[in-house]
This record gives sequence, structure tokens and C-alpha cells, in this order.
Amino acid sequence: MKRFLALAPLLVLLSACRGEHQDIELRFWAMGRESEILEQLMPAFEREHPGVHVRVEQLPWTAAHAKLLTAVAGDSTPDLCQLGNTWVAELADLGALKALDGDLSRSDAVPATDYFPGIWRTNQIGTRQYGVPWYVDTRLLFYRKDILAAAGYASVPTDWAGFKVMLAKIRAQSHGERYGILLPLNEYEPILALALQSETPVLKEQGTRGNFSNPDFVAAFSYYISLFDDALAPPVTNSQISNVWNEFARGYFAFYITGPWNIGEFRRRLPPALAGHWGTAPLPGPHGPDASIAGGASLAVFKRTQHPAEAWALVEYLSRPAVQERFYALTGDLPARRSVWETGSVKDDPMTAAFREQLERVRPAPAVAEWEEIMTELRLMAEHVVRHELTPAEGAAELDRRADRMLAKRRELVHAGRLP
Amino acid sequence: MTRRWLGWLYAGPALLVLAIFFVVPVLAALLLSVTDYDLYAIASIHNLRFVGLRNYADLLSNPLFWQALWNTVYFVVVGVPLSLAASLGGAVLVHSKVARFKGFFRTAYFAPSITTVVAVAVIWRYLLHTRYGLINYLLSMLHIAPIDWLGDPHWSMPAIILFAVWKNFGYNLVILLAALGTIPADLYEAAELDGAGAFAQFRHITLPGIRGTLGFVGLLTMAGYFQLFAEPYVMTQGGPAQSTLSVLYLLYDEGFKWWNLGRASAVAFVLFLLMYATALLQHRWTREHRP
Repeated sequence: MKRFLALAPLLVLLSACRGEHQDIELRFWAMGRESEILEQLMPAFEREHPGVHVRVEQLPWTAAHAKLLTAVAGDSTPDLCQLGNTWVAELADLGALKALDGDLSRSDAVPATDYFPGIWRTNQIGTRQYGVPWYVDTRLLFYRKDILAAAGYASVPTDWAGFKVMLAKIRAQSHGERYGILLPLNEYEPILALALQSETPVLKEQGTRGNFSNPDFVAAFSYYISLFDDALAPPVTNSQISNVWNEFARGYFAFYITGPWNIGEFRRRLPPALAGHWGTAPLPGPHGPDASIAGGASLAVFKRTQHPAEAWALVEYLSRPAVQERFYALTGDLPARRSVWETGSVKDDPMTAAFREQLERVRPAPAVAEWEEIMTELRLMAEHVVRHELTPAEGAAELDRRADRMLAKRRELVHAGRLP
Repeated sequence: MTRRWLGWLYAGPALLVLAIFFVVPVLAALLLSVTDYDLYAIASIHNLRFVGLRNYADLLSNPLFWQALWNTVYFVVVGVPLSLAASLGGAVLVHSKVARFKGFFRTAYFAPSITTVVAVAVIWRYLLHTRYGLINYLLSMLHIAPIDWLGDPHWSMPAIILFAVWKNFGYNLVILLAALGTIPADLYEAAELDGAGAFAQFRHITLPGIRGTLGFVGLLTMAGYFQLFAEPYVMTQGGPAQSTLSVLYLLYDEGFKWWNLGRASAVAFVLFLLMYATALLQHRWTREHRP
């Protein structure tokens, strides 16, 4: 008791300090490498906003999804969060996110026109905006320039038919040793990218029913499958490849559809002799250059936050061109704002030019909570079709059936008017 | 009277722990399995509905469940006898009078079962690699064309079984070794005097002597093998073409990937019933064949 009394003045002093400054702590959940880098960007923000302290909490990507849902279920969400932009729909459906339309209309620090339109739309659920793009990514071609030149091509054909002819030439020249393109069977993204090159969405009726049987999807799906049928792509998964960079360097395949994080990986992991012999190119489309996936991560504010003003201030700060530029330098993540691409160092990197072009033509995937689950079915179905258990059209019809089953509850809730 | 209460008092703490950590969760899961608890129910509890046995009906009409069940049964029916045979064979060899370096072999055989699945799976993936793997290299010496172990749906389950047997046989080996040690040596000496060969000795002395242990080890192995998950999770992610998707893997996907906790609970109960039935059958079989 005596000891406690001795501490009492200190406690009074401490509480007095708190009362005076009104210290605010913002909890910010971030994932992977970005979360490590963020620490370096926070001191400048805290200097501008005295009394606001940002606590960056790191989540590994693999656990992030489960952790977010647990937080929503347990009412322990942070103030704001980095969200892969395919997750925005799910969390918005859960009613966990704060709509940012009000903040956006009052602020001129985040002008929608400075963002890639396809990327901006990934944060729109219904009529409201639930996030601000932070960094962007999309899928396109990484390829071996030397192999392309040996096949007699100076540049990558931009339409499906021409692209396939080129792959066949590469395959024929290697006497069957080399494949044209690597499309790992454990990734759905290449199929989705091709499917997004059509105006017809793969879900219909407000995202409550599958629409995979539409002729455009079947055409894209058939094209993808034909690359395996003609032995232009090896029917393997990533775990069978073991080391993609080794095989790329060895010339096991000439093309690979992947994202911007591989620019840095390719530079680091390919042998020095290969420098200058590889490049990036936009995806070919049905009749010339066309769309790809609108990927990347956004900044979202949670509905339960006690400090919406400060959380929004942090979103504004991270969206500032100078901060975006610095973030690019630190992480290699492509900036979301077009103005940064006009001036910054990202413009000087020859490997990002193809991304700049492709990003103007990205399209968001349908915004429903069941999306990842449906895409898993797409990936599995593609594997069955590649193995000739079904035709592409049969596979598409089966996908519709499975999507309808997964969307059954959503359908009921939408019809009852219980979803935003 | 007091004695009876005393018994309850002693058993009380254990029963309490069992109730809190076993009975309550199991009952909660049973309740969950007759609801459509999912993402939308997390958002608002008003979206939670009682669906009766629909989760079970959906499950039984889902071709993926039957494929997962078939894969699991395949793994159990081939894997358990192989695993037991390997353990028993190893134990008899290590126990044999002519064996040397017994301590070394006991440790060496036990080592795989104390290593982590994830770490050794990486090594096995290299061993099984189609183009650079050691296993295909050895096969090529016998003029057998390379097998796409983890990429061909026909070979993926055999590859997983091979891995699981290698990983687990050491554990049972140590238990069986202990059981072999309890068989009195004079039985063997008497048999030898009567002119029984090595095989006859194994059949009429060794096997009956360790029958109880063998049944116990078989039951545990079977229960473990029904819960196949880690091996395909790290080696094949359930692929290729879902050929290594197990019932438990299906449960994991439903529950922790897609948050259909109602459906996942239904999977859990079906798996439980299945294991229970098999255990009963095995128990009866062991009892009937008692000498």
C-alpha cells in the first residue's frame, strides 16, 4: 500500500500529461514488405500532425485475410488498413469500411482524375468509394528478347492470333526443348486477364449469377486452353517449376505473365549475362492491345475508427505525389497517381513503360465477396479442361453452375435488399 | 456414499477441462453445422439462418466431397498397411540378434518423424522433381521413363503415400520395437528346438506376441491418416486436378479460406463418423482374431 502511495503523484502527473496533449494513436495494418517500409514514412507525418502517433502493425500476406475477417467479427478492426483491392468488396459487404465519398469531395489532395480509371473503379462498391488506390499492379508479359529475335521478331505481336503464331515459331525452332509461354496451372490470373479483355462481365444480375457461358469468355478460355493443346505452354504448376527465374534464364520458356514485383526479382535473380536480353510488353488482345487485371493495394478506413479525421489525413499524406515517389524508390511498388509517372524516377525505368501503357487499359474484376472462391474454381476448371476431361464450353457451363451455387446466399440478400 | 463423491472430486478437474475444451466446442460445432454461418453472418448475425440438414445434403451431393473422400480412403487403405509393414519390417530387423549398431538405426529411423513436414517436403519435392529429381534419375538407370510425380494426377497420390510412409514409419517402429522386447526369448529357443524356421517363428511367436500393440498402432495410424492434410498442403496444394485433396483439406478450404463455417462443421462431423465407424470395425476385427 505504501509503495502504491509513493507512486500516486507520478500517476497524477501522467494523467495530466495525457489530458493536456490529447495524444491520438492511429492503428494502421499493413502487409508484407510495405509494412516494413512504412515505418520510414511515418516520422514526417507525425511531425506535421503533433499529438498523432501512428502504430504500423505488420501482417503477413498469407494470414492477412483471415486476420481481417477475425477483426471484423470481433469488433477489433484498426483505424485504417492496406487492402489488396480485390478484398475491398468483401470488407465493404461486411459493413466494415467507411465510405470515403465525403472526405473525397471535401479534399483536393486526392483528385480521382489523376488515378488510372480501371484501378480507381476497383474501390467503388455500388455507388460509393471505399478506398483510395495506394500502389498499382497488373499482369503482363515478361519475355526473352534474344529468343524473340532468334525467331525473327523485333517486337511482340499485339493480337491473339499473331501472338500464337510467334509462340509456335519459338517452339518449332527449339526442336521441342523450349515452350513459348509459362502459364502455371495454379494461377488463375492469366485466364482472368484474357477474360477481362471483353466488355461482357463474367458475373451477371448484380454479381449474383455466373455468366461464364457467354461467347466472349468461352473464346478467351478456348484461346488459353489451345496454348496447352498445341504444346506452346507446359501443363505444370509453379511448385513443379521449383525456380521460375532459373528456368527463364535457361530458356525453358520465352514468355511469362506476371506482375511488377518481378521487375526487381528478375534483376536480382537472373544471371548478369542476361541483362538487356529480357523485357516487358503489354498483353496481346483479341484484336490488338487490350485490357488486363486492375490489381494493387488501396488504403481503406474502417467504420469503427474513433479518429476518422486523422485517418483520412494519413490517407492524404500517403497519396501525396512526393510521398508516392519516395515509396516507389523504397519498395519498387508502382505509384497509383499518373502525375508521379510523368515526373518521377519510375518514368526512367525502361521496364515500367509497358506497365504505364497497360495500366491505362486495366479493368476491375467483379466486386463480390465470393470472388476469390469463384476464381479458385476457374483455376481448377482450367486444369480439368487442359487435361481434356471437358471441352472449354462444358467447363464454362459447369463454372456457371458452381458460381450460382456459391452466390446463392448473396442472391437472397441482394433480393431482400440487405446488401449495399 | 462419501467414496462415490470422492471419486467425482478426483475426476472433477479433468472432467471440467474435458467439458470446456472438448464437449462444448463439439456441441457448438454441431450447432454450427445446421446453420449457414458464413461471411455474411459475421457481418450481421441477422444473416444467420437455421438450415437443418442442408449442409449435409449439399455435401453429399457435391462431387468434390466424393473425390476428397475417395482420395482419403485411397490414402488410408494403401498407406496404413504400407506404413505398418514398413514399421514392423524395420522393427524386426533392428531387433534381430544379428543386427549391429542398433542405437544408430533406431535413431536414424526415428529421425524423419521428428522433423517438420514443411522442411522435408521441400527436399522431397526436389527428390520427386520430374527433370532433376534423384528418384527419376534412379529409375532412368532401370530404363524407366521419367515420371511426373507431383504433376500427373495418377502419380501424385502414390508420391504423397511414399512421403507419408517415410515420414511416419519410424514412430511406430519404436513402439513395435518395445513390444518385441517383451516377448520372452525362451519361446524362440523352444521353437528353434522344435525345428521352426524364421518365418514360422515370426508367424506363431512374434505376431501373436505383439498383436495388442499392433492393433493399437494400427488404430492410431489409421486415425492419423484419415486426417491427411499437411502432406498435400505443402507438396501439391491438393492438386494436380484435385487428386490429393483430402476430406480435411476440403474442411480447411471451406472453413478457413472461404469462411463457410457451417459447411466446414458438417464436413468435420462426416469425417468424425467415418473414422468412428472404421475404428469400431477395426476393433471388432482385432477382437475376433484374438488367439
